[in-house]
Order: sequence, then C-alpha cells, then structure tokens
Amino acid sequence: MHDYPGLHRRGFLAATGGAAAALTLAGCGGGPALKSGKDQGGKPRRGGRLRAAFAGGGAAETLDPHLSNLFVDAARAKALFDKLADYGSDMSARPRLATRWEPNSGLDRWTVTLREAVFHDGKPVTAEDVLYSYRRIADPKKAYRAKASLEPVDLAESRAVDARTVEFRLKRPTAEFPNVLAAFGAYIVPKGTERFDKPVGSGPFRFVSFAPGRSAVFRRNDAYWEGAPHLDEIEFVVAGEESARVNALLGGQVEYAHELNPTTARAHEGKGQVEIVRLRNSAMQGFAMKTDRAPFDDPQVREAFFLIADRAELVKGALSGAGEVGNDLFGKGYTHYAAGLPQRTQDLDRARHLLKRAGAEDLRVTLDTSPVAAGFVEAAGIFRDQAEKAGVTIEVKTGNKDSYWKDILDSGTLSSYRSGAMPIESHISQRLLTDSTTNATHWRHKDFDALYQRLQSTKNTSERNALYERMQRRLHAEGGFLVWGFADWIVGTARRVRGVAGDAPANTLDWARFDTVWLA
Amino acid sequence: MTAAPPGPAGASPWRSWAARRLLLGLAQTAAVVLLVFVLTEALPGDAAVALAGDDPDPARIAAIREALHLDRPAHERLADWTTGLLHGDLGVSLASGRPVTSALADGFGPTLLLAALTVTLLVPLGVGLGVLGARREGGPVDRAVSSLTLAVYAVPEFAFGVLLVTVFALRLGWLPPTAVGYGTDLLAHPAVLVLPVLVLLARPVCSLSRLVRAGMIDALAAPYTAQARRYGVSGARVRYAHALPNAVAPAAQQLARTVDWLLSGVIVVEALFVVPGLGTVLMDAVAARDVPVVQGLAVVFGLVAVVLNLAADLVARRFAPRSGVAA
Repeated sequence: MHDYPGLHRRGFLAATGGAAAALTLAGCGGGPALKSGKDQGGKPRRGGRLRAAFAGGGAAETLDPHLSNLFVDAARAKALFDKLADYGSDMSARPRLATRWEPNSGLDRWTVTLREAVFHDGKPVTAEDVLYSYRRIADPKKAYRAKASLEPVDLAESRAVDARTVEFRLKRPTAEFPNVLAAFGAYIVPKGTERFDKPVGSGPFRFVSFAPGRSAVFRRNDAYWEGAPHLDEIEFVVAGEESARVNALLGGQVEYAHELNPTTARAHEGKGQVEIVRLRNSAMQGFAMKTDRAPFDDPQVREAFFLIADRAELVKGALSGAGEVGNDLFGKGYTHYAAGLPQRTQDLDRARHLLKRAGAEDLRVTLDTSPVAAGFVEAAGIFRDQAEKAGVTIEVKTGNKDSYWKDILDSGTLSSYRSGAMPIESHISQRLLTDSTTNATHWRHKDFDALYQRLQSTKNTSERNALYERMQRRLHAEGGFLVWGFADWIVGTARRVRGVAGDAPANTLDWARFDTVWLA
Repeated sequence: MTAAPPGPAGASPWRSWAARRLLLGLAQTAAVVLLVFVLTEALPGDAAVALAGDDPDPARIAAIREALHLDRPAHERLADWTTGLLHGDLGVSLASGRPVTSALADGFGPTLLLAALTVTLLVPLGVGLGVLGARREGGPVDRAVSSLTLAVYAVPEFAFGVLLVTVFALRLGWLPPTAVGYGTDLLAHPAVLVLPVLVLLARPVCSLSRLVRAGMIDALAAPYTAQARRYGVSGARVRYAHALPNAVAPAAQQLARTVDWLLSGVIVVEALFVVPGLGTVLMDAVAARDVPVVQGLAVVFGLVAVVLNLAADLVARRFAPRSGVAA
C-alpha cells in the first residue's frame, strides 16, 4: 500500500547531476581567474570561520577517529587528532607526533620518539597513549579500519621505554614501518578513551559541537604543537548531493566544497566566481582481472586486455578529462613508482594476435561494474566498445553499489576497480600477496610474496628501490590490474580562501587540512 | 459495550465502520513492516558489508557482523524487534548504535515543518484556483489557470528546484540556495524555507486545483443544482454550499495522499536543499542496510498513511455521504 516514492528519484537526481550543474551554470558571470593553492602568496590572516561541505553518511557518521570510514570522518579526525606520521604528496611517511624513528639492524624493532605535544585537556601525549590507541585499533573483537595496517606490530611485546619513547616489536622485518605509523585511521587518542561524544585529541582544532549527518564545529587549538591554526573556527557541514554542495558554495553558504564532479569543475574553472583545486593522482581507476580463472589465467589474455585499452579515451570519456592516463601500475607520482617503464598504448592488432595464440578468439567476458564510484559505469561502456574492435564481446553487468566491493572480491572475472591514495607498499601488501585480505585480482605467487618479504627486510634504500622496480615490472607485464587512469580529486573554494594545498592527493596530510588555511 | 451511551441513530454503524477501518489500517501497517523486513533481507549485502565499504576484508566483515548480532537467524531478529515494538521500543540503529527513535525524532522536525507549511498554503491556493476556474469555465482566466497548472504539473521536482535555485538564489541572490549549516531549527531562518516549500507546493497545487475545478463543474451541471436555482437559491450559495462540498470529497483524498507524500520525506527536495528530514534518514538507512531504522520508518510511514486515509474518508463521508466510501 505504501511505497517509498523518493527512492528512484534520488538515483535519478544523482544520474542527472551533470544536467543540474549545467543549469546552475546559467547564473554565472565571467571574470579573471585567480589560481588557488600554495603558490598563491600573501600573508596569512588570522581569524574567521570556514564552512566546509562534504558528502556524509547520516547517523553513521562518527567522531571516533579509529572508526573513520567516510571522507568527512577522515577530515574531522584530522582536525581533532594526530597520527604519529602522515603521508606527503608522494605518499612517503612524514613525521607528525613522532619526531624520529630508528630501526634495529634486523628491522623488526623500531624506536619511535614522540614530540612534545599536549591533548586539548592539557595532558601531554605519551608513549602510553600511543600504545593504548594502537591496542584499541588492533582489538581482535573489533573491526577498526587500521587493524590490518597494524598487523605487523606485536603490540603485546611493544612497550613504552619512557614517556616519549615507544619501542615497537614487529612480527617480522618491516623496512617500510613508517607507513604503518601513517596508516589511514591510526590516530592517537588519550589513554582510556572509549567514548567520543566530546572528543579530546591533540589536533589543531578543539571540539565544540557535533550533530551526525549535519554539522560539526571545532575551534582553534592555540596550544597546537605545529602552531595555532589561522582560522578561529571550522564548521563541517554535510550535503550529500554534489549539486547542493556546488550551490552552497556559489551562494556563499560554504567556503569549501569537497568532491565535485569534473563537469562542475569545467563549468566554473576560470570563471572567477569560485576556485577549483584539482588534487592530482588521487584515485587509481582500472579494471581487475581475476588471474586464477579463465580467461584471465592466461597471461596472454591479460596482456591483450592491457593492449585493448585506449587510455586517453577512457580518461576523456569516463573522467571528463579530469585525470591522466595510467600504465597498469598503481601509484603514479608516488615514491618508488616505476616511472621508467614504457607507457602502454592501444595496439588492437597485437591484442588480436595474443588472443588468437591463447585460443581465445571470439572471447565473451562479463564486466561487473556499479555506480559506486564516479566514472565506473561510463568507463565500463567505453571499454566494452574498445574491446569490440579487438573481437572481444564484453557484457557489462551493473551491480548494487552498497555491496559492490564485497561482491567483486571473489566472484566474477572482470570488474571495475578504483583505489584511493596509499603507499605502493600498502597496495602490494593489502592486495597482491597470497594472504592479502582484499586480493581482488587473486594474484597469488610464492615468488612474488618472497620478493615482498625481501623488500621489507632490506635496509638499504637503493636496493629496496631495485626490488620495487622488479615487482612492478612483473605486474606491468602480467599483473591483474588494468590501470587506465588516475582521477583528480576536485575541491571548490570561495575566492577568499587561501592556503588550500593543490598537490595533496586525497588521504594525504595536506588533503582537507584546515589549520594552514586562512580567509583573505 | 453496555457502557456506551445510546447515540443518535446512525452513530453505531458509523462507529463500526471506523473500527473496521482502524483494524484494517493496523493490519496494513503490520504487513508493511513484514514486507520491509523481507525486502531488506533480500537486498544484496547486509549492514556489515555496507559498513565495510571498499575495504571488504572478510575477517573485518565477520567481526562487524558479530558485533551487530547479524550472525543470528533472520526470524530471531524479527521476533526480537517485534517484541520491542510492542513495548514501544523501536530498537537501536546498526550504523550509529543510537536508539532508532532519536534518529526518527531528528528527522521528523524538518519534515513536519515543511509539510505543515506546504499544506497551510496548499489548501487555500488549490481550492481558490479550482473555484476560480470553475466559476469562469471556458473563459480566458480558466484557460490560463488550466494551462499553467498543467505545465507546472509536468515539471519534476528536481528540475523545478534547480531552476528556482538558479534564478532566485544564485542569479538574483534573494534567497539562500540550500539549508546547509542551519541544523534542524529551520523555523528560525524562514528564508531557507521559501524555495523548498515552493517546490513542494508546485505539483500538489496543480492536481488539487484541477480536482476541485472538475468536481465543481460536475456539481454545477448536475440536476440538483439546477433544481436549487429554480427554487431561487442564490448563485453564491449554490456554488459554495452545494457544489463545493461535492468537489471536496475527491480533493480530500488527494490532499491525504499529498500529506502522506510530504510526511514521508520528499527525498529529492531534501537532497537538493540539504534539509535533514525523514527522507534523508531513509536514504542513509537503506544505503547502510540499517534495518532497524528502515523498519522504524516503515512503521511511522504506515501509521501516517493509515491515519490520513481514515481522516480523508471521514471528511469525504461528511461532505458527500452518497459517494459511498467502502470500509
């Protein structure tokens, strides 16, 4: 008798976001453009309140930094809390609450020195707080996101040497241990904290108020160890629809709008009304081929698929040009990326030849996709057309977006895939080892695992770089990820907002960072 | 029912009619709840999968599932929830761990406010336009009103909303484009309510006025109004005391449907203007597979629909007893 009349409408609204943005455009005048970003000079001005609009998750939003799942959760966690380390724009770990880290010769015992910092209640940040936070994250009964990242640490054996020194015992040599300290969600909370309705952290802003799904207000922390923020206050507001975030920005209701569509960016870039900041290399875009089953258990078929992709067309069509082409490797622009490998381009003749040799002529494949990420469905359609030119019939199957990632983990053969920024080492350990928990390409090779272990046991940086190169060379030749592009992450700001970093992929230290931002 | 005082003739069948309607309504609500439970169970993935998002580590999903007690059989969860419901307890949200009632209460304020404002303006506007058209049937005013209402009715809410925002908020700067940052206390900022209420009003005004117009024209052409005129009853009295009530019956039922639509949270308007009402709660809950919240909403929406339809039938019976409303 009663149905939910709006359920389909929201889907429709989302699908027509582009049209809405185009209509919105009609109200915009021209004018000279100002480039935003760090290069824009001017002396920081103190004071003011910045309102930042993010997509949210309603009642599911949380201020527990270890539960952070959404971008808005992560941005708020970053304002209230600190990690021991965080990622620079090349995804290398930079010291934060830690000032130094020093391994033993076996790389399985790391001594981390903390800086002098205080929580918002005036208590110092100590080694005990660090151990408490990590043990909370690693609780086997809970499902905190950073748990998998902290897996190498033997927390029972780790100890506080003194108030500002932690000795981490690891289960095995881990040369890239600083990446663990910078892991997504590995925030330091005061010892004993279980509830976060009035969170106390050591971050640049103090808690004022929070209404899940609506707004969070934080005030400047004058005692912040890196210097007090320029802003008096930051307010995070939640607006699920991209068009609403754009309208709020254009109407002067917010000064910062996170996660805009490429079409919106193009419409407003250089028009003088708002600034568009493109955070390059924020999201890897690709297809995951299951390497353990037909037809992709034959490396020749995988190579043929690499050669089918016209990457420039995919970037242009699926990302509206907001991105750059990929080379079947994760982590373009990040440290340890094998930038020396030749850029792969479309070669349909060779693809046909490879498929023939593999006995896979007239190949039919189902490509699983879902509107779970921007550009997925579009990329699937474009790739289907490209494959047709090589004689491959692709049937695109659109799945449910709420359970997509689980659905494609072990089922199907070919699926749309994306990944946010993380160190190349994390990408390998989470997705490409025999015991990886989210191995969507089912890439399981003992010799590859061994290379990874060797890499983690190698102290010398150039030797380690050679190992990174070797592993990536193999993935480039016959891996399961067809990485066709890297999407920009697009942020819009009001013209008087200064100090928004332009070279910070999503999830890095400078992404959604508001203590260095000011209002001119 | 010996305690019941003897009523006037006709009260008893009326009362049994209302009782039957109420019972039917409760049965319908129970059916809705059951259906919602079955359908949410049938959706691919559960709250654990939705929460895990793009990090579908099987061990993590299993841990979430255990923490949320999703590893228990479906019928046990349904039984638990129903027992709670009978005590007025709607359970706890899987996504936030807070009581479902507080999630519903948070969303109810803005939705109720928008619905109340819309209906307050809708009734005089819809009836007024309908009467205007009926009085001048076929004339230029009637034709203008008819074409305008038909045209506006054809525009979907989101397109109309985008148009209004572009013109009045972004171009002219008269009104705020969204309710972002105002929280739930929207009444304190009446300016943010103007555009959402206009969008909500647009289509119901059209349908209501067309129904009133048609009903009145029918009634005015009916033999009994001609008879009334022959008895020398004044034109105004014929129109407002005899013809209008006949038009009210279908209009009341249309109005009930509209109020039901408004109270269920008009998702497209809430999303466009960032109003944190029930529609937004529902969308988030479905996306998070937050079954207790979805079920709580189903109960509330079911009850609202039943009560409103009952009220509409009462009104229809009162104004046009001959239209024979079935129980």
